[in-house]
Order: sequence, then C-alpha cells, then structure tokens
Amino acid sequence: MNDVRAVAERLQRQFPQDVLAVTEFRGDLSVMIRKTALLQVGRFLKEEPDLNFDYIVHVSSVDYPTEPERFEIVYEVYSIRRRQRIRFKTRVSEADGEVDSLSSVWYGANFMEREVYDMMGIRFHGHPDLRRILMPDEYEEGFPLRKDFPLQGKGWRDTFEFLEPPAAPSVPREAR
Amino acid sequence: MTATGPTTLPDPSLSGRQGQTGSARRPDLPLLRTEEMMLNMGPQHPATHGVLKMILDLEGERIVKATPVMGFLHRGVEKLAEHGTYHQFIPHTDRLDYVCAMYNNFAYVRAVEKLIDLKVPPRAEYLRTIVAETQRIIGHLFWLGTQALDIGAMTVFFYTFRDREILLDWFNELCGARLTTTWYRIGGVERDFTPELIAKLSKFIEEFPAKIDECNQLLEKNRIWLARTQGIAVISAEDALSFGLSGPTLRGSGVDYDLRKYEPYAAYGDVEWSVPLGRNGDTYDRYWVRIEEMRESCKIVRQCLERLPDGPYLADAPTVVLPSKDKVFTTLESMIIQFKLYTQGFKTPRGEIYCGTEAHKGELGFYIVSDGSGHPYRLKIRAPSFIHLGAFDHMARGYMIADIITIFGTYDVVMGECDR
Repeated sequence: MNDVRAVAERLQRQFPQDVLAVTEFRGDLSVMIRKTALLQVGRFLKEEPDLNFDYIVHVSSVDYPTEPERFEIVYEVYSIRRRQRIRFKTRVSEADGEVDSLSSVWYGANFMEREVYDMMGIRFHGHPDLRRILMPDEYEEGFPLRKDFPLQGKGWRDTFEFLEPPAAPSVPREAR
Repeated sequence: MTATGPTTLPDPSLSGRQGQTGSARRPDLPLLRTEEMMLNMGPQHPATHGVLKMILDLEGERIVKATPVMGFLHRGVEKLAEHGTYHQFIPHTDRLDYVCAMYNNFAYVRAVEKLIDLKVPPRAEYLRTIVAETQRIIGHLFWLGTQALDIGAMTVFFYTFRDREILLDWFNELCGARLTTTWYRIGGVERDFTPELIAKLSKFIEEFPAKIDECNQLLEKNRIWLARTQGIAVISAEDALSFGLSGPTLRGSGVDYDLRKYEPYAAYGDVEWSVPLGRNGDTYDRYWVRIEEMRESCKIVRQCLERLPDGPYLADAPTVVLPSKDKVFTTLESMIIQFKLYTQGFKTPRGEIYCGTEAHKGELGFYIVSDGSGHPYRLKIRAPSFIHLGAFDHMARGYMIADIITIFGTYDVVMGECDR
C-alpha cells in the first residue's frame, strides 16, 4: 500500500501554485488548496488513473468568523483501489462566499453541498439544484451553523401559531 | 397496486397512450389524460419510515423524476454539539439512528478517542465489538421485517421482531434501556457483562442462525419477493461510489468496501469473518448481503465471547474518563473530577480528525474540529441515510410507482439520522 503522503506530493508537483499547505494529524492528511483550483484538483484526484479517488466521503464546512477568509470548505474522498483517504479544503471570504461545485465530479456532492449551503450559506458555482435541504424553503433567518447564529434561533419559532386544544365535548347528563 | 416485474427503462407501450388510439375505444368514454402528473407522497406515508416527503413526476405509473424533501425531523444536533462537552454529546448520538443507538455511540466515542489519542483496554474493545454486532443483527432484523412488510409479507415481520425483542431485552439488562442506550463511554464502556448476560447471549447466538433460515425460507425463493426485488433499483458499482453510498447498499453492487475489514478497529482484526458481496446491485442482492451479514455477525460474536480477555473495561485516564459512581459517592477527589469533567469537559489538542465506522446502514462518520477547548469547535456527522437519499432520484427513475416503497426500504433509511 502506497503512503498517502505520496498523493500529497503528487498534488504539490501537479499544482505547485495552488497547494498552500499539507498537514497531518493523527494519520489524517489534509491539503489546503487555493479556491480557484478546487475543481481541477477534484478532477485530478478522481480521474488520474493511478490515484482514482472514486468514493466521496463527506463535504463539510467550518466557520472562523474572526479570520479574513471566514469559511473553510472540506472535501474528503477515498480510493477503493488504493484503500486511502485524503482530505482537501479551501477557504473563502464572506464577501465572496462562492466556490466551484464538485457535483459534476462526484454525484454525491450534490446533496452534501446543498447541506453546506443550507447550514452555512456558502454558494456553489455550477451546482444543478442549489436549494435549502434541511431547513424549510421559506426560512429567512440566515444560516444556522454559522458561529454568530444563536443556539436558540432568532425568534421565528416564537411566531408560530398554535392551535387551541379542542373544547371537551359537552355530553348530556342522561347520556353518561 | 399490482405487482410489477423487473423493469429498467420506461416502456412507451405501457404509458397509457396506446389505449386511446385503438379502434376499440368507446366514443362515449372520455379520453384518458396523458399529461405528466405530479404526486406528493408523504410526509406521513406509513412506508416512509419516519417523515420524508417525495415529489414524484409521473407518466402513467412510471416515475420520471423523484425529488426527496427532507428536514422534517431536523433538530440541529451539530449545533447542539458545539455547545456541550464531549461527554455530553453521547446521549445525542442515540437519537440519530434511533433503532440502532449502540452503533452511533460507538462511532462517536471512537472519533473522540482518535482526537485525544486514547487507547482502550482490550476487554473493552471486545465488549464493544460484541455489542456492536448484536446491534447490527437488530438493525438488519428491523430492516428485514419492515421491508418485507412494505412489500406485503407480513409473517416475516413477526418472526424478525420476535428475535429482535430477545436482544432488546438483553440490552435492557445490560444498560437499563432498550433503544436509547448510551452504553459506550469515551475510554471504554459503562459497565461490564455479568455471567448471566454472557450465558444468555451465547444461547441466542447458538440458536440464531436457524432463525435466520426460518425467515429466509419465506423469502429466498418466494415468487412475489423475487418479482418485487430482482432488477429493482439497480445501481452500478461506479455510480454507487460516486454517490457515496456505503454499507450493504454499496456492497450489493459488488464493491468490496467494509471499514471493519480494511481499517480494522476494536476486535474486528482478531476474528475471522468475511465480507459478503452482491453482484447485480439490485434490491435482491442488497437483501442477500444483509442476510449473510447477520450470519457473519454471529461468527464474530461467538469468537469474541470465546476469547474475551480479562481486565478493566474503562481506560485508566483520569483526566478524560469519568470516575466510577461508587468512588464519586465515597471519595472527595473523584467527586471533584466528576464535577470538573461535567462542567468544563476535558482539554483536547488542536486539530481535526475524521473517523468512519461501519454501522449497519453504512459508513457513519464524525468529522471533529477541535480548537483546544472542552467542547467541539465543529462536529459534522456523515450520516449514511442522508447520503443514500441523494441517490434516490437516480435509482427510482423508470420504475413503477409501486416500486417506490421497495426503493425506500432498500436503503434502510432512518430519518432521525438523515435530518439530524
């Protein structure tokens, strides 16, 4: 079995300008790449015959509100042939808030990116169906997994109308 | 609804257009409406196993497009995780896939142990493996019963729930709860097996393979079952991988991907068992994979019970592991540790990890980002049910409306995990 670090080195050779950092923690390797290269790196990992990262594990996002490039988008992919997994991520600022969608590379990214959009409000360029997925379509309070969103919500729930409990049926005394 | 044969592509001769052009049509009858119809199915349909809505675009009885609408059970579990300590999140994981709480606990505590690099004593690893595999049997029995019931075979449901009850009662004796168990702890498990529990489980494991056969002989060559499952919801290995499917749904397509085998954890590396693989990627193959997995689970549990090592069932790591209750009530130091761990949590190193565990539905993963404090900075749950529904449209197109129920069932979706 090849070492997964070889994959990172391969990426560094292929995209010398765009691989910003390679970190390893507890055996998990993650590669930070420039936002503009996301789609190329994804295609390269999937389609290069000896890499062949064909299985998409998850797409996540992390919010760092104090940093200039606020959002981090995380993709994790696995290669059935190599039996290895690798994580690649990119950063985007709040003003920009858009990255390329990888749903054309891995079909599963479609739903996973929709969830990221729903929860953090990062838009995916080229996504076929970018709508909310877990929150209601008409939800207007923002994006609940951002760090500045309060745990209790912003009050929308308190405006719900509740149905009055039905009055107890009046039964005639003789019928009891 | 009528039973449908194996189909792959919409057949225009069956779409209802032929009937109106034939000369046999009586002129006094109104024309059949032939435009596409949109049908809302759910969220309270009994076969959706929870609250899931499907918007189906239909041409006659054929499905042209299926759009899942979910989120009816969204509780914001990932947000809640950021506001509690690592210990406090364990009961929340029970409520993800609420029919198989043990495996959710297991997947979560493994992820935290990877983050803090904590070694678990060997006895705890074996206890964990045994309980996880009994949970897998429960999950597959539950799936088999409900899938057969949805398709119309009622007896199987009673057989599987009878056996499931035995194991749920066993859980009850082990930890005091049948479904929301919270038995796994960071660093080990909550309590040890008693000799009675081991005896009961050994007896069950001896008898269970015959009971699988009992259920299976009702279905394996049943003509209705074959007609309703063979060639339904076919997905190729390549597409299944690209959609991120996992577990029996992926192995039914013949992809050899089982984390228990290829990234062995707990005691899975020490025992002998094999990974059953399907061939055609249809509903029948996925059913066969699950039946075989139950037999493999029996093998794993039997071997683990035979080799169960002695020793502690919780790691000796007082900065992380909660002290035992009898010490908390008798010594001051343990009381202080307990208080500190519950109010502040334990310190974790900065970093991020992903840890996937092979639950019975698929790869249940936790992606945890830690900022060094006592609670997760970000916790993302990779829920197999959610990801499987992403492939629903792809797998349902071209089939009849009666097959929708089968296709739902074949993923083994639980909405508590899907919506989080």
